Amino acid sequence: MARTRRGALTAATTALLLLTTACGGATTDGTDGDTVTVGMLHSLSGTMAISEVTVRDSVQLAIDEINADGGVLGHQIEPVIEDGASDEATFAERAEKLLQSDDAVTVFGGWTSASRKAMLPVFERNNGLLWYPVQYEGLEASDNIVYTGATTNQQIIPALDYLREQGHTSLYLVGSDYVFPRTANQIINAYAQAHDMEITAEEYTPLGHTEYSTITNDIARTEPDAVFNTLNGDSNVSFFQQLRSAGVTPDDTPVLSVSIAEEEVEGIGADNIAGHLTAWNYYQSTQTDANTGFVEAFTDTYGADRVTSDPMQSAYNAVYLWKAAVEEADSFEVDDVRAALDGITIDAPEGTITLDGDTQHVIKTARIGQINDDGLIDEIWTSPEPITPDPYLTGYDWAADLTG
Amino acid sequence: MDALITQLPVGLAIGAVLLLAALGLNFTFGQMGVINMAHGEFIMIGAYTAYVLHAWIGVNPAYSLIVALPVAFAVTGTLGWLLELGLIRHFYGRPLDTLLLTFGIGMILQQAARDTFGAPNVDVPAPPWLTEGITLGDIRIHYARLFILTLALTAVAAIAYYLNRSRQGRQMRAVIHNRDLAAVTGINTRRVDATTFFIGSGLAGIAGVALTLTGPTGPTLGTNYIVDAFLVVVIGGLGQLRGTVIAAFALGMLNATVEAWTDASLAKLIAFTAIVALLQARPQGLFTVKTRALT
Repeated sequence: MARTRRGALTAATTALLLLTTACGGATTDGTDGDTVTVGMLHSLSGTMAISEVTVRDSVQLAIDEINADGGVLGHQIEPVIEDGASDEATFAERAEKLLQSDDAVTVFGGWTSASRKAMLPVFERNNGLLWYPVQYEGLEASDNIVYTGATTNQQIIPALDYLREQGHTSLYLVGSDYVFPRTANQIINAYAQAHDMEITAEEYTPLGHTEYSTITNDIARTEPDAVFNTLNGDSNVSFFQQLRSAGVTPDDTPVLSVSIAEEEVEGIGADNIAGHLTAWNYYQSTQTDANTGFVEAFTDTYGADRVTSDPMQSAYNAVYLWKAAVEEADSFEVDDVRAALDGITIDAPEGTITLDGDTQHVIKTARIGQINDDGLIDEIWTSPEPITPDPYLTGYDWAADLTG
Repeated sequence: MDALITQLPVGLAIGAVLLLAALGLNFTFGQMGVINMAHGEFIMIGAYTAYVLHAWIGVNPAYSLIVALPVAFAVTGTLGWLLELGLIRHFYGRPLDTLLLTFGIGMILQQAARDTFGAPNVDVPAPPWLTEGITLGDIRIHYARLFILTLALTAVAAIAYYLNRSRQGRQMRAVIHNRDLAAVTGINTRRVDATTFFIGSGLAGIAGVALTLTGPTGPTLGTNYIVDAFLVVVIGGLGQLRGTVIAAFALGMLNATVEAWTDASLAKLIAFTAIVALLQARPQGLFTVKTRALT
């Protein structure tokens, strides 16, 4: 008896809830009249703000451009901007708010892997769609995330191919002590073993570390062919300053970095890093018509002294990819948009890119760049063709034993 | 043994950075007992002073760093003086409130820097004569580190002279030993407090200028050094210049030698363990002020 009464009560409450929602005017798909709500979730404060604010700027630029051009399916995009505050728990909580209270049809956000991993269950639980713009360590694929940055086989492996082509067979690994460098170095070790390369050292330092004399002196003494650098953030400034005063030049020992883009070069000082290498999929100097337009629009909006970088470009692409998928699906519903993802192609600043529906990653070209005296990066090598994303490295025999 | 010799200059270099960051705290925290969480931001402001001189005013980078030292001392010293005059003075004897107050001020200064100079790090070019180094046998000496070491030791000598020989310095020591007795003998303790804060904050500015040589210059620069600086002052013994110097170099050497055997993450961990053990055995730090005051 008691149980049936409670059951009836639940049913009544549910019915009431449904009724109130229906009467609320706004529909549940986040569109309201002629606007559509999307979320923007980046760290606008805390240690990561330095990087994530630039990504926020380029997402905003894309939204403004699309709105000026008539919006998406006749709806103007209305972004709700939230601050992840460089804190994983805040990212999860803000994501929940965007999906539940703001009815955002999709969210552009995240930078660190920690923030992405924190948001993932929230997006899966609410069946939301997150567009994540940064290269990352792979070994992940969620139906509720679209990865517009590179996975490992689009950045790290091409970088290793390049170093090997150049005859660099001994590598010195230096990285910050967290998930991305550790995973990247696992892959590098496996690659080295399979290709007869030698890893002379594998050094980790805490995030924010500023004392690199021990490591730079060690590099000067052991003279490896090249250094593979997965340091993150501020530490790079100290590392390159101290590498220079240790007497290591890019001619003797080039350092290939995977987390240094145009934005970071400014703070490191072009003098300290000129001649060293980077691995990305886009540079400000990349020669495409779309890039000329992107750089021009960006500097017009935010100032001539601003630079554009790979993560910024990937975030910018995300908005256009989402627009194309929505138009293909003719719907803002997450399930419809997801079904339309496969094969969506746009002319991005990095060239023509295509979404791969299986992995929800982007098929893109890998590029090695060399930092020049002006602080920009010159492209010196390009992968022969766009690389299909393979986040679990299933297509590489030597990677079979890698633990996730 | 080899590792010890090659790591000697590295340890001295790390120690010199710690010492510079901690010297100012030795005054405000060590001598006056004020927990100034904004000290790190004063270091940051010192670094930006060097940037402004070079990038906005256009001082030649060959000597802009040298010019920046006294300018940064004056700028952050004045800021510290104003802070003491306007706020901290009203919170004496309430350490917890002071901590929260200065923490808040630190956040305000960080955000102000972010709004003024932008979130990304800025480039403060080192003078060309400081970017290289010299190799002697197994030892690599970085000129920038040599400069920081010289600067830190010069600062220590100047402070020692000031505290022991000058009238003001001796008054300062009298106030630390026994504030009431000092006041009775006619020392204007208010003015001494203000001077102490001025010098302590000014030293943070000098540290900031020097740190542009080895690390990033950004709004959060201060947070990289503030914890270590407090540690050095606590280990050395509050207000003990000798203790601060020894603690800074001991910590630097410990970090450098352990890192040579293991790695940087583990070195940090072992250093912290050693500090915890030391503070268990000697909670008052290496040195203490001998005083008969009832505190």
